[in-house]
Amino acid sequence: MDYILQPWPWYVSGPLIAIVMFLLLYFGKTFGMSSNLRTLCAIGGAGKKVPFFNFNWREQKWNLVVVIGTVIGGFIAHFLLSAPTNIDLNPDTVAKLNELGFDNVGKSLLPQELFSWDAVFSVKGLAILIIGGFLVGFGTRYAGGCTSGHAITGLSSLQLPSLIAVIGFFIGGLIMVHLLFPLIF
Amino acid sequence: MMKYIKFLLVGILFGIVLVKSEAVSWYRIYEMFRFESFHMYGIIGSAVTTGVLILLVSKKMKLKNITGQLLDVPKKEKGLMRYIIGGSIFGLGWALSGACPGPMYILVGTGVFQMLIVILAAILGTYVYGKFKDKLPH
Repeated sequence: MDYILQPWPWYVSGPLIAIVMFLLLYFGKTFGMSSNLRTLCAIGGAGKKVPFFNFNWREQKWNLVVVIGTVIGGFIAHFLLSAPTNIDLNPDTVAKLNELGFDNVGKSLLPQELFSWDAVFSVKGLAILIIGGFLVGFGTRYAGGCTSGHAITGLSSLQLPSLIAVIGFFIGGLIMVHLLFPLIF
Repeated sequence: MMKYIKFLLVGILFGIVLVKSEAVSWYRIYEMFRFESFHMYGIIGSAVTTGVLILLVSKKMKLKNITGQLLDVPKKEKGLMRYIIGGSIFGLGWALSGACPGPMYILVGTGVFQMLIVILAAILGTYVYGKFKDKLPH
């Protein structure tokens, strides 16, 4: 039981993610979490104004059920299957974050400086979450997939477009962390 | 209704794995983009390696899915600009919010309701892409 309550090593987690991908293929579907954002636009009626959202979203219901499952899975893992542990980050990472003004680094999954209600109700904090989310939503549809669709499914099926997309993910991520973070924080 | 249960279970498995592996953690994403830990590379690398093997074996065995067709991953459209530009925009948002389109839901399950703001913004971003997609290079 102790092994389950502790954080899982990469060599257990990675293959389990591949099994998730396989199960969805076996069920006749494709692993791709970002498609749900498009489906949610369609449910909200965006199809009346923008043709891109004019499709039969009912065929995507299975993927929304996956989303509901992930929320339940997140709850189970966090509240029932976790002993309180700090995230075992590289001390250099922690030092760098302290330098940028982050405290209690790794004591919880997410930094209080970005995700506490205090942060959310500040102009800067709210702007960070909205801009971050917007870029994720815009970029993932532009690139035709996200980490699950390109990095896991696309690379597993040896598709060049997915490799290019993953290189793009890293170009953006490296620019944000190395060039923009010092300006933002 | 019963046919949806399996998708619910797959979602639950995915949610548990991403929390237990700490891949939903903003800190782990930051650490990854600083190349200061093998952890995230190990997760993605072993997922892809296992995935490649599973798909090769499935192909060899001519494995069929539950609808009776051969197991198949749809081919992505050919292209360069959309993947490199779209991917980079995604990467900027991923590093800033620490959440890609799976973890943002999973984190709501861990009690971080603040993530709903990120989800709403991501829906808006998707909408804006859909509205202007014909004007963008692909």
